[in-house]
This record gives sequence, structure tokens and C-alpha cells, in this order.
Amino acid sequence: MALRLSSLDKDLLDGAHGEAAAFCMRLLTRFAEAVGAESFIDIDGAHIDGCLYLGQVSLDFVEHLVQLRGRVRVPTTLNVGSVDLIHPELFHGDREIGTNGARLMKAHEELGCMPTFTCAPYQTIFKPRFGAQIAWAESNAIVFANSVIGARTNRYGDFIDLCCALTGRAPYYGLHIPDKRRARVLVEIESLPEEWTDTGPVCVAVGHAVGKRCGSLVPVITGLPAYTQEDDLKALGAVAASSGAVALFHAVGLTPEAPTVEAAFQGHAPDETIRLTADDLRATVRNLSTVPDGTPLVGVSLGTPHFSFEEFARLMPLVEGEKPVVHIYINTNRGVLEELAARGWKDILEAQGATLVIDTCTYVTAIMRDMSGAIMTNSGKMAYYAPGNIGIDIAFGSLAECMASARAGKVVRL
Amino acid sequence: MHGFGAGGEGGAAVSETIDAVTLAAGSAEGPAFVLSEPLSFWGGLDSATGRIIDQWHPQRDQIMTGTVLVMKAGRGSSSGSSVLAEAIRRGTGPAGIVLMTRDAIVTVGAMVAAELYGVHCPVVLASEADWPRIIGSERLVLRADDAKAKLQLLGGTH
Repeated sequence: MALRLSSLDKDLLDGAHGEAAAFCMRLLTRFAEAVGAESFIDIDGAHIDGCLYLGQVSLDFVEHLVQLRGRVRVPTTLNVGSVDLIHPELFHGDREIGTNGARLMKAHEELGCMPTFTCAPYQTIFKPRFGAQIAWAESNAIVFANSVIGARTNRYGDFIDLCCALTGRAPYYGLHIPDKRRARVLVEIESLPEEWTDTGPVCVAVGHAVGKRCGSLVPVITGLPAYTQEDDLKALGAVAASSGAVALFHAVGLTPEAPTVEAAFQGHAPDETIRLTADDLRATVRNLSTVPDGTPLVGVSLGTPHFSFEEFARLMPLVEGEKPVVHIYINTNRGVLEELAARGWKDILEAQGATLVIDTCTYVTAIMRDMSGAIMTNSGKMAYYAPGNIGIDIAFGSLAECMASARAGKVVRL
Repeated sequence: MHGFGAGGEGGAAVSETIDAVTLAAGSAEGPAFVLSEPLSFWGGLDSATGRIIDQWHPQRDQIMTGTVLVMKAGRGSSSGSSVLAEAIRRGTGPAGIVLMTRDAIVTVGAMVAAELYGVHCPVVLASEADWPRIIGSERLVLRADDAKAKLQLLGGTH
């Protein structure tokens, strides 16, 4: 099956839209052949995960496109970088990573990308519409866009995301195609732990189990609480894309392509059924912590993925009162920071010992001052990656448990 | 050391050439390094040394520099493309890669290194039928151009 090129694709390859676009289209055609795509489609937008400095090649690739005078052809957002450009003093890592990381972020702006520097572009004004064809990178953003919004993207990543942005084209394969979006695995939640009043841990536990059990297959989940919020589904997807390679999940009654189980399966039968009980979910959450209850904490980290304004609204009542004894880091984006400042919440949070981390994230770069002991988080994704990525012990708990533990200076349960 | 085409002489070593599909073009020769499990280059390969650093991988601490890496499938984060390209740039990466299933992360990493630095780490797709003979080889020679790829198997038990 040969790759068919449109007249636009040929013009791009021939340099009619500039040398940078031609370079990108050349890489894209070979990528399309490697994944077995037969044609390209127009995209409405792109999200780029190339701002995190992974070595000289990260910078060389983008500088090459800058030198060729490349410009993005569609609205393009940027994922987190290696440094907080708003608070550069927070970075205390390797000097080369700091300098080259900052240049890498600026070079992407020179290509016309929006300086969003967030892993939650779906909670900015650049949120795509239902059914939009997009080329997104960053696993949690991909799964959110596909699942919660119903936009259509594959798991794009390094280099190829930027090639799509500079050409406005993406190979037509995988989750761009309607029938590839149907569910394959039925995940039935049979019972929920009655002591869990917060939907946060429920969704983290379900997401973790779904990732482990489903890999890259599309699941449809039944039995989540009807009052599950957007930010809970965000946490579910983020951990499912960490423990597995989930790029799309359906949740009956909660996500747009699953009004019913039958709709999610598009008339087919499930390949497999997985049943989760309250005990399974309790065990999953317990295993996310690498330290026992009562362990002294050196910090609390929230906002992996970036905290939304609604998540801050959940947090604010828990911040009132006695000042925490350990440091609290909250990762979020520039847009949310402005809203926090406008409402006076930024001052309240900082007075209570919280550091607002912008443009980057505590689990990918050197931000947290004290990593000599355990860190507590309400993020399943942080809990999954931080022990390996930055070599720390993790305690996982609900948002309320994180705040209570921050005051106690050790892991406490409510 | 076997030269190209020298296998089979004197009956000591066996040589055979099979067809493969080019994913990234180039030529390479080196000892076969067969991964016993899929490896995510991100978090699994140290681009400064070419060493496998995934603490759960059975071949942890082995070095892939200059080998022809034989892997059934890719795995893990797309950031693996950057790590592979960085290893090829530094000269710590494999000389070539043989896959049994198409893998975009590996292909993109090799393509970008070729475009930016002119260093070619060919990536080819071999068939399942040939797989047992490939993993039984001692050395592999890859000749991959845009139209077709040839894979020569030297030594070993194939």
C-alpha cells in the first residue's frame, strides 16, 4: 500500500512553503511509511513536547528549523520545559540543562508556537473542539484530548509533533480513523471503597489498573461515580498513560463517544472484560506509596498534570488555617497564575508556604529544594514516575490527606 | 573478524543473505546484540555511554555501542527518539537496528540523526520467518537503501 500524496503534500516536499516545511515533510513521509499510513490529513492544531531538554540533539533540531526560517502553519501550543521562565531562580540543576533548556523554549517561540509551556493545553483557550483532527504529543494531553474532548490524535512525540505543526499535516492512521476509536476492553467497576468520599483516588486507582491491564488497547469503563469531574478524568488518563500506553479511554455517561456501552463498542463485542472490586482499588492505591503511613515528609507536590483553576478552587478551603510545616509545590500554567493573582489566591497560597511552579513540573526537573525524604502527592502520574525519574520516595493520598500531612509533617490518613 | 561476504568459507562459519524492508537507510556491520526484552530508550539507554540503564531490564549494564541491535519491538515513551538520536550523534549508539515490528520511535530517532548529522544508523524490518536465524547470528551486515534492504547473517547457529 503506497503512500498517496496530495498536491499540497507535494508542494510542501518541493519547498513551495519554505525549506523548513520541506525538511519536515520529508521526515513525515518516512514516518508515515514506518507506521503504514496511506495519506495525510489537515490538522486544526498541534501540541509540542520538544521543550524538555534531552541533550544537544533537542536543541540542534529546533535551531535547524529556526535557521531555515520555519513557521508553524496551525495554532501550536508548547508542553513544559526544563526551567520555569517566570521564576528562573527555582531551577537548581545542571547549568548546561538550565541554559540550553531555556534557549530550547525560546527557539520554539521563534517558530511561532504559543508560550503555553503546559502539559494541560486542554484547559487553556487552545482547547480543541469535539471531532477535531490534531497532532498532539505528551501522553496525558493525548489521552485527555481523545477521551474527554473527543478530538482525534495519535500518540505523537519527539520531532514528529513539530513536523506536523510546520506542515499542518498528519498521517491518517490509528485514532484519526473513526473505527479505530472503538472500545476493545470492557472495564467494569463492581464496587467502590465506601470510605473514599473523594473521586480523586477512585479515578487514579482505576486509571492505574486500566493502564496495567489494557496496555495500548481502548477500554470502556463502567461504574465510575456520576459526579466524576473533568479533573478526575484528567488524573485517570494521566496515570493510565503512565502505567500503560493508553491513548483513548471511554467512560459510559462521562465521555462524549460513550453515551452507552454499545456506542463505545460500535456494535462489536468486547475482546476482553476486566472487573475491578473495591479491594482491587484499595490495593492499587496502597501500592502507589513507597513509604508507610507515619513517614516524615520533606514536601508535598501537586499539579502533575498542571493544576487547573478548578483544582485550586478545591484546594483553597483546605489551605485556610494553620500553616503547613513542610513545603508545598504546585505546578500550573501562566493563564491559571494570572487568575490566581487576580483573585488574591496567589498571596494566600504563598503566605501558607506554597511555591507556584510555572512552565515546568517538579517530576522532570530540579525544582524541589529538599529531596532527602519522602514527598506526598495526590497525582497518580507523579507517584508512578518520581521514584525512577528523580529518585525520591512517594506517599500517595487524596488532596485533603496531602494538606493534613503537610501540617503534620508526616503521612497521615483521614 | 569476518569480512563482508567471507562467511561460510572453509565451513567454519555460515553466511546467508536475506531481504528486509528499509525503515531508515544506511550501511552497518557489527556483532549482533539481541535484546531479550523490549527496551524503552528513554529511561533505558544512557546516551553518554551507550549503556542499558533500565534497572528492570535483564541486560542492564550491557553496552550497545557499535553493535547491530536486534529487537523484536520497541517500547515506551516517544522521548526515546531523542535519546537514540543523541546516542547516534555522540557515537555511543548502535551501528544499525533490526526490528520485527514497525516502530516509529526508533525510526524517527535514526532519521533525525541522519538528517542533522549525516550519521546513518540503518533501521530495517525483518520477517518473522527469518527471525530465528537472525537472532542465532554472531555478526550482521546491513545494506539498506530507500528501495530495499539486504541483511547478511554471519556465523552462529542459523
